[in-house]
Order: sequence, then C-alpha cells, then structure tokens
Amino acid sequence: MKKLINDPDDVVDEMLDGMVAAHPDRVRRLPDTKVLVRADAPVDGKVGVVSGGGSGHEPTHAGYLGDGMLDGAAAGEVFTSPTADELEELVDAADSGEGVLMVVKNYEGDVMNFETAGEMVEMEGGDVAQVVVDDDVAVEDSLYTSGRRGVCGTILVHKAAGAKAAEGADLEEVQRVAQKVVDNVGTMGMALTSCVTPEKGEPTFDLGEDEIELGIGIHGEPGVERTEMMDADAITEELTESVLEDLALDSGQEVVTIVNGMGGTPQMELFVVNRRLQELLDDRDLETWDAWVGDYMTSLDMAGCSVTVCAVDDELKELLGAPADTPALTVR
Amino acid sequence: MSDEGRAVVAAVKAVAERLEAERSHLTELDSAIGDADHGGNMARGWSAAAEEVAELDDPDPATVVKTTGKTLMSEVGGASGPLYGGSLVFASAELEDGVTAESAVAFAETYLEKVQDRGDATVGDKTMVDALVPAVHTFKKSVETDDLSPVEALAKAVAAAERGVDFTVPIRASKGRASYLGWRSVGHQDPGATSTLYIMEELLSVAQEELEVAEEPTVDAASPTVPDGEEATED
Repeated sequence: MKKLINDPDDVVDEMLDGMVAAHPDRVRRLPDTKVLVRADAPVDGKVGVVSGGGSGHEPTHAGYLGDGMLDGAAAGEVFTSPTADELEELVDAADSGEGVLMVVKNYEGDVMNFETAGEMVEMEGGDVAQVVVDDDVAVEDSLYTSGRRGVCGTILVHKAAGAKAAEGADLEEVQRVAQKVVDNVGTMGMALTSCVTPEKGEPTFDLGEDEIELGIGIHGEPGVERTEMMDADAITEELTESVLEDLALDSGQEVVTIVNGMGGTPQMELFVVNRRLQELLDDRDLETWDAWVGDYMTSLDMAGCSVTVCAVDDELKELLGAPADTPALTVR
Repeated sequence: MSDEGRAVVAAVKAVAERLEAERSHLTELDSAIGDADHGGNMARGWSAAAEEVAELDDPDPATVVKTTGKTLMSEVGGASGPLYGGSLVFASAELEDGVTAESAVAFAETYLEKVQDRGDATVGDKTMVDALVPAVHTFKKSVETDDLSPVEALAKAVAAAERGVDFTVPIRASKGRASYLGWRSVGHQDPGATSTLYIMEELLSVAQEELEVAEEPTVDAASPTVPDGEEATED
C-alpha cells in the first residue's frame, strides 16, 4: 500500500511538526513530548479543556485546539494511548489555576492513562475532572474496551465543554455540560474498506469488494456485522435506525447531526448520506438544529462513514453554536 | 539511606535482566490470549528504568521506586504502563521514611490497591491480580502475624504468587484483552501474572543477597534487606 510517509516510526513525530508548521501562531509543541497546546496556553482565568488519544484520527485531536474548543491535545502512537506522563504534562500546560477537564474516549488504555495522570496532578495539588465519552451504539464490549467505545460524538463534547470554559464557567460546570453531551449522543459507523496502518502497510482486516462492515470502531477493529454491499440510502438507514433506537427520542426533539467521513471517503458521498439522514429524521418528526458533514474523527485511510445524532436543548444549542476558531473547525 | 537505595537499584537491574531473558516466553504467552506485545513492552520498560535509576545520585528507596514507576509509565505503553508504573509511583510514597517491615507491608498493600482500582480486576479474572493478591496477603500475614523476617515473608509471598500464576491457567479471562476470547482463554497462563511473578522472584533473590551481606537482619529503617522485600511485594 503506497503512503506518503518516511519511516513508520517517525510518522507521528513528523506529523506533529507539520501541524505546528502550518499553524505556528496558534499551536505549539511541548518540548520532548507529543503534546500540542494552544500557543497562548494556559489561558488566564479559564478552565482548561484537554483531550488526547492515539494518532490516526486526524483532525482529532490537535485540529481542535483554539478559541472555544481545546487548550491542549496529547497524541499517542498510531491507535495507541498517550502515556500518563505526557498526559500529566498536557494537563499542567493547560492549567491556569482554574482546573482542567480531561475529555477521554472509552478505551482501556486511554482511561487508565488519563486516570493515572489525573491522580498525579491531584497529588501535586492540581484540580482535574474528566468525562468518558462512550457514544458508539454498535457494541457493548469490544477488542479495546469494556462498555461502549468513544467515537465521533467526542467532537461535540469538545465543542460544548470548550464553549462553556470560554464563557468563564468553573470546572464543575464545564464537566456538567460535557457529561450532558455524553448522555445525549449516539454514533454508529460503517466501513467500505479497512484502514492501513503505516507500521503494517497492509489492510488490518480483509473486506471483499462486495462486502461492508457495520458497527466498526475507529481503529480497524471488527464491527458487529459483515453484510453485502448496499446503496447509500440503505446504509444510511441501517446506521440511523441503530442510533435512533438507542437514543429513543421524543417526537419534536431538536438534534445536531454529524455525517463523519472515516478518512478515505469523498465529500460527495458524505453529502449523499446526509441527504438521506435528514429525510429519515424528518419522517420521525425530529428537528435538525444543525447538520455537520465532513471528516471530524477518522481512521487513517478507511473508506466509510459514521452517523452521529445528539439531542439538544437551549443550553447545548447555545454552546454548540458558540464561536470557535480552530484549525479544523470554525464557527462564527 | 544509601545502602537501601543501592539495594533497590540492584533489584531494578535484576528485574530488567530477568525480563529481557523471559522476553520471548512472555510474548509467547501473550500471543495466545492477547496482542503479543507483553514481553517486548516489559523488557523495554524495565531496561529503561534500570538505566534511569543507575544515574540517580545516592538516592533513597522511595526515589528509586518512583523513578522506576515514572519510567515504566512512559516506556511500557498501553494499559501496562499505568498498571505497573503508575502503581509503583503511588506506592513509593509509603517508603519515604525508609524501609521497615511495616512500610514494606504498606507499600505492598498500596501497590495492590492501585492495580485493582486502575484495572478494576479481582481474583479470578485471569490477570496479574491473581498473583498479586495471594502474594500481598501472604506477605502481610507473615510479617504481622507470624513474626517472620521480611525476607522470609517475601519468600512465602513469592511461593503464593507462583500458586496464583498456576491458578490463572484453567480459568476464563474476564478482564483485559484476553476476555474477548471468552472460553478460548481457558488453558493459557496469564502473561501479566507471570511477569509479576518474575519481578517478585528477582526482588527476593536480591533481598537474600543483601541479607547475606548485612549479616544481622533487623526490622528497622537501616536494614537494606527490607526494602527489596517490600518492593518485591509491590510487583
């Protein structure tokens, strides 16, 4: 498999340097780490909001650094949790004295490393809180986690928590709105192809030309069902049904939706999916308040998409619609 | 202080050498029911830790243990980093006033508590906890109830850990990556319990050597033997 890489061992390092080179006025790298923070971190008087996880999900995580979203992001190796010592540095760099919220996706390695880092920060007298995102409705237990996986819904958690922190709210309030998103969001993904990791250079799993995998995660781990290829509308129906069944929303409920590309799918196809998604929501008397379409949380070069639905009230609408200025997402 | 510190540095070095020797065996165990990286991760992490602590200037035991833990956290990766390394960092605080039979027990108990909290595993889940729980309980009882010397207590703890490792073979994994195999995990020895046993065996062997040097084992902060003992338990 052809890739634009040098040595696979240097991929993450070189990617981070390239990100900083693209936005030198907005982000900086903590020396001798794989941690990026806002150029102006820590922001005086503001609760810090940080995230992190394995690499390969770009623009997650560092793409969301900036006003109204994240103060810092730690990158691990490809599909591997960052280490606790780097996460500790991340929290320290984002802490202006008002405390830090850690947004963690529910994978065993991530949760353990973030918790360890949080305890070490507390031992030194810092104030830290966390939310664990588990929006994937496909599986209860997976190769990497007990309980549901954290996937694209995480972006909405970054957005709401970041906006609340920007308002000047305290740590408890920032954590509360983050948890509110977690409680109201669901996601389901699918793959047309496997991803190819730089290390391995070949597909992580084999998927025939006439097959798709439903309920995949974001690491090339297996889904819940392998089925024959269907058209875009049928696939969208499968994903949407699964998410809506899990959320069990009342008629008239307002929602924010995301059609997220897995990294190897053209925008054209994502919009085709979004068209059907909105029809399905309309059929069920659900009101879309905002619809996001694009690559927000990817799995390297996997072709496929995920559908995220989040029920919103006035508070979440205000936070998700608040201004944000980051390399990967701008809201005006 | 320096004798104690030196003994703990020697123990870390011994563990690193042992894990390097067992690298392929641990990887083989992990290939059967995990992702085949335990041997390499542990060997790499402890070897880095041995290098780090060798450079410390006249360190006390708590500093050696904390440095070891921090290095493991940054080098081992995945869930093993926080489990082995993070637990050492937190438990090292119990040794700040030196190594006594009492602080050794506290150290062992804190280490176990951290591992269980972090991994949310109990006895019977087919994890390192199956080796640690009997070891720590045996160590505590040997010191507090049976009035054994720390090194004798540690020897008993190692034997208990060995039984714990054997216990992991016939049971079904319900924590960690092996749990996704369900019944297919039965019949395989748990790699985490196994590496935990290796670590303890090396701590015991260093403790015994130190004791021979010390001639008169005592149970106060000046005994170089005790530190290792306690440390052994930790792992």
